[in-house]
Amino acid sequence: MRPSKLIKIAWGALLKNKIRSLLTMLGIIIGVAAVIIMIAISAGTEATIKDNITSLGSNLIFVTSSFSKMGLNGKGSDSGGLVYDDAFAIEEEITGVKAIVVEQGTSESVRTNQATLDGVSILGTTADFPSVRDMNVEQGRYFNQLEVDRTTKIAVLGHSLAEELFGSQDPIGQTVTVGTTRLTVVGVMEEKGLVGDVDYDARLYTPLTIVLEKMMDNRFARFMGNKVRMIYVEVDSETVNAENGKTLDDVIFQIQLLLAKRHEVSLEEADFNVTTQQDIIGAQESTTAAFRSLLAWVAGVSLIVGGIGIMNIMLVSVTERTREIGIRQSVGATPSDIRWQFLAEALLLSLVGGLLGMAAGIAGSWIFGEASGMRTVIVPSSIFLAFGSAATIGAFFGFYPANKAAKLDPIDALRYE
Amino acid sequence: MNTRTIIETTNLKKIYGMGEVSVAALDGVSVNVREGEFLAIMGPSGSGKSTLMNILGCLSRPTSGEYVLDGENVSNLNKVQRAIIRNQKLGYVFQSYNLLPRTTALQNVMLPLFYDRTNYLSTEEQEEKAYKVLESVGLGDRIYHEPQELSGGQQQRVAIARALVNDPVLVMADEPTGNLDSKSGAEIMKLIRDLNENGTTIVMVTHDPAIAAYTHRTIHLLDGLVEKEIHNGTEKKAKK
Repeated sequence: MRPSKLIKIAWGALLKNKIRSLLTMLGIIIGVAAVIIMIAISAGTEATIKDNITSLGSNLIFVTSSFSKMGLNGKGSDSGGLVYDDAFAIEEEITGVKAIVVEQGTSESVRTNQATLDGVSILGTTADFPSVRDMNVEQGRYFNQLEVDRTTKIAVLGHSLAEELFGSQDPIGQTVTVGTTRLTVVGVMEEKGLVGDVDYDARLYTPLTIVLEKMMDNRFARFMGNKVRMIYVEVDSETVNAENGKTLDDVIFQIQLLLAKRHEVSLEEADFNVTTQQDIIGAQESTTAAFRSLLAWVAGVSLIVGGIGIMNIMLVSVTERTREIGIRQSVGATPSDIRWQFLAEALLLSLVGGLLGMAAGIAGSWIFGEASGMRTVIVPSSIFLAFGSAATIGAFFGFYPANKAAKLDPIDALRYE
Repeated sequence: MNTRTIIETTNLKKIYGMGEVSVAALDGVSVNVREGEFLAIMGPSGSGKSTLMNILGCLSRPTSGEYVLDGENVSNLNKVQRAIIRNQKLGYVFQSYNLLPRTTALQNVMLPLFYDRTNYLSTEEQEEKAYKVLESVGLGDRIYHEPQELSGGQQQRVAIARALVNDPVLVMADEPTGNLDSKSGAEIMKLIRDLNENGTTIVMVTHDPAIAAYTHRTIHLLDGLVEKEIHNGTEKKAKK
């Protein structure tokens, strides 16, 4: 029998029971739509996270202190073995470095004439912080390297911090007291929002040297150097690229060797960590990928339920149409003709259901994104995945009823009431 | 006159069940039917006439014995081969019409053509052929009616058209007037006799002697055996 005729017959049979066909397809429609929407949501979340991370500057290498091998205590326990001087060493000895930013953080109370805030996150940085971390100054200016070197008592406020401290007043030129140190406000950062779990807008930025000398316990600094939390190394993509045969990994390795030598530790026992943005994105991605496949599986279960619905209806249909099967057999339909007829109906149900589900999934992703404000990204492969599984399910769950129909004895089938 | 033999069976047996409890529905039936003949099979229920009908119609297989249909031994064909034989050589008229519900007369008649493997016709050609046959049974103006819109007699005419559409060598009729009132029944019998007079070979099962009287020859079955054979006068030479 020709496929086109098969499809025509199957289509005709489905049209004779429009409501039933639609209800049967509903399971597949919901399943396919669910797979597409779930994947769109998780892909949207993933893309948002990725954007957030890259929005903090690109081509970055993060050198952080690690405490795994050294148990330091006291206020400086934020830092492992990383010291301020390491940054200068990296700048001097590693090629391909465009900029370096050093940061050390602490938490202090901040007072103005009007307000007192406790536990404000204080971030001491060097001058290139805004450019390396892709942040902009909204009002006034950031501090320069000279001011860092001279321990100038100035501060730049995060966007929401400025509002909390000064309200509608112009903060520039005002004085804030951080712990016991009075700082003059020279700038306010642009709004950045929450990245990960860090609120960039609630922080106070000040020269690194202020934090190191005024707010940290630096009794041993003379012997051991000023401990810092993190060194950002921005790599110059002009020098470090595939054409020059130099990769980010080379730079990372050089930094590791240099620091290991300076700290007199082996690479295995390093008191620091060197990671890249890619590592962070990768870690985030593996989390969201797990989340995504979980969602897809949950949605997939509804596809299987839809498939069982198809099988159920096809079994009912075979019983109901036993006489029709007998008639067809008596005029010359072979078992495989009958099998194909019912298989075609099951396939058509799931394919049409799949198509409607695709439309519903795409529309649903968009509507969900609009309504919830969450970002949704429709992944083309998810459409094929959902549609492909719908077809497979149709064939799988359609086979048993079709086979049952094909095995009917013509005499029994004709006699069936 | 040398007509060919359409049906030739030798010692057909059909045994249901196994061993001790087996029942012989047919216990050795030999029947010959020549081209152009009109044969009636009669007998009380349980006599094996339906079983014989099913075997002659290639809907089932004899347990033993030989059945040659139109020169081809069909005793041991498998399901697929029997389906093809049914499609190519046989037409059926059932007591309960057995038309596809919610399907037009035209499409019901086209059904055998749809399963024809040897002679693919386009949909237009199928419609053309089905229309001609419907017209010949007097339903040219009812081709788009569905069975539930037709009277019993009209439905049986559609069924007869379906039985004829693939130019069968043999038409099997199983109590074709059983569900009809006497007037429509007579009309249907007249149609069937006309078909026979135009050369169609027909085997009919009936329990009604008045219906059997339309035929040339009647075989009476009893307990799976041929009890007697009555020639209705005309065409006696067919049985030479």
